[in-house]
Amino acid sequence: MIAIIDYGMGNLRSVQKAFEKIGFEAVVTDNPKVVLEAEKIVLPGVGAFRDCMHNLEQGGFVETILKVIKEGRPFFGICVGMQLLFTDSTEFGLYNGLNIIPGHVLRFPDQMTVNGEKLKVPQMGWNQISIKNRPPVFKNIEDKSNVYFVHSYYVTPDDSSVVATTTDYGMEFCSSLWKDNIVATQFHPEKSQTVGLKILKNFAEL
Amino acid sequence: MLTKRIIPCLDVKGGRVVKGVQFLELRDAGDPVEIAERYDLEGADELTFLDITASSDERDTIVDVVRRTAERVFMPLTVGGGIRTVDDIRRLLNAGADKTSINTAAVHNPEFVKEAAERFGSQCTVVAIDARRVSGEKRWEVYTHGGRNSTGIDAVEWAARMEAYGSGEILLTSMDCDGTKNGYDIELTRAVVDAVSIPVIASGGVGNLEHLYDGFTAAGASACLAASIFHYREHTIGEAKDYLRSRGVEVRI
Repeated sequence: MIAIIDYGMGNLRSVQKAFEKIGFEAVVTDNPKVVLEAEKIVLPGVGAFRDCMHNLEQGGFVETILKVIKEGRPFFGICVGMQLLFTDSTEFGLYNGLNIIPGHVLRFPDQMTVNGEKLKVPQMGWNQISIKNRPPVFKNIEDKSNVYFVHSYYVTPDDSSVVATTTDYGMEFCSSLWKDNIVATQFHPEKSQTVGLKILKNFAEL
Repeated sequence: MLTKRIIPCLDVKGGRVVKGVQFLELRDAGDPVEIAERYDLEGADELTFLDITASSDERDTIVDVVRRTAERVFMPLTVGGGIRTVDDIRRLLNAGADKTSINTAAVHNPEFVKEAAERFGSQCTVVAIDARRVSGEKRWEVYTHGGRNSTGIDAVEWAARMEAYGSGEILLTSMDCDGTKNGYDIELTRAVVDAVSIPVIASGGVGNLEHLYDGFTAAGASACLAASIFHYREHTIGEAKDYLRSRGVEVRI
């Protein structure tokens, strides 16, 4: 069973529906006990880092997440669910994360330009991934595939060997990572049409 | 690099897609879920539903349309029209919407935009602006209630203020151009694009593919919204993207 952690942030139904579409059952749960029983765990997330972290703590999920990751269960972080794995984020101050992946979450710099046009923040839309180190969930995913992003912050892992893909937005940033049983994407596979569904299917089949 | 987005817009009334000319004269254009699936196959980058049902008792209809669509297509879905409360937003997000666009309610109570952005995040808080040019001037005024009521507010200043209140994107419709098929209001769009650092979606007036090109290049929009050229199959989204790519605009194919 796949558990999608519901900690009161954002649209979790679309992640669940995406798994349903590819023939896998996934439960959305706000109960840490259900997460402890799951074979695979998805941590989605939209909204502000500090609110997400606060809700994870309030929901009693921090210990649970650390435990299932330590036990080696397949774990998928999406968007802010990826950022939360890091040491800290500068969004609205400086807030501590789960510190599972050492590194920081930073805001895109202001005034980035490409071809004379100012780059907008948030980055919103479809951009390409360059595969650096292919995790099993990227099986049969073509290099330079387009996936859907919505974010103003990006992750900077201390250990560059965890970088699975990079993406260019005024700068090259880490758009997904892979470390042991953890995979995490800054983009939204559940909103990335065929490519995204394939990634989720690979994860469900691990 | 980030590609430019093509967003078909489906005006929904009573569970059907309709398309008006300058906000009036509605014509039936089909079933929203079927049309959404067709656009998905054609490679639309996002979809926008605009609920043009005025009465609150029909609000459930759009929630149901969103729910059924989100079960079938896996791309970003924006819903606008008649959103007044945090609860309206929550219901649409729970049904499968990714973003909600706030229009009249933002003008009546700008704090609502702040509240929505703080609760659900800027990424799902779109502010829709219906703007009309002040006759003979390079200035535009914000209108509400589907374009019926003038507000006296300057559209460019309003966009900047909405960004400061936490909006993550601006959906900018020129009411002078909407339904005319003569192209976007380039001056208006460029003025707003230059005034904010968040993405701007150009809307209102697309009649041919060159208008999309102008929207992305001359106006600098991040996304172009269009309705009738796609609904009535004058062009497919694939044709639009082939054309844009041939002219050097980065699009997802």
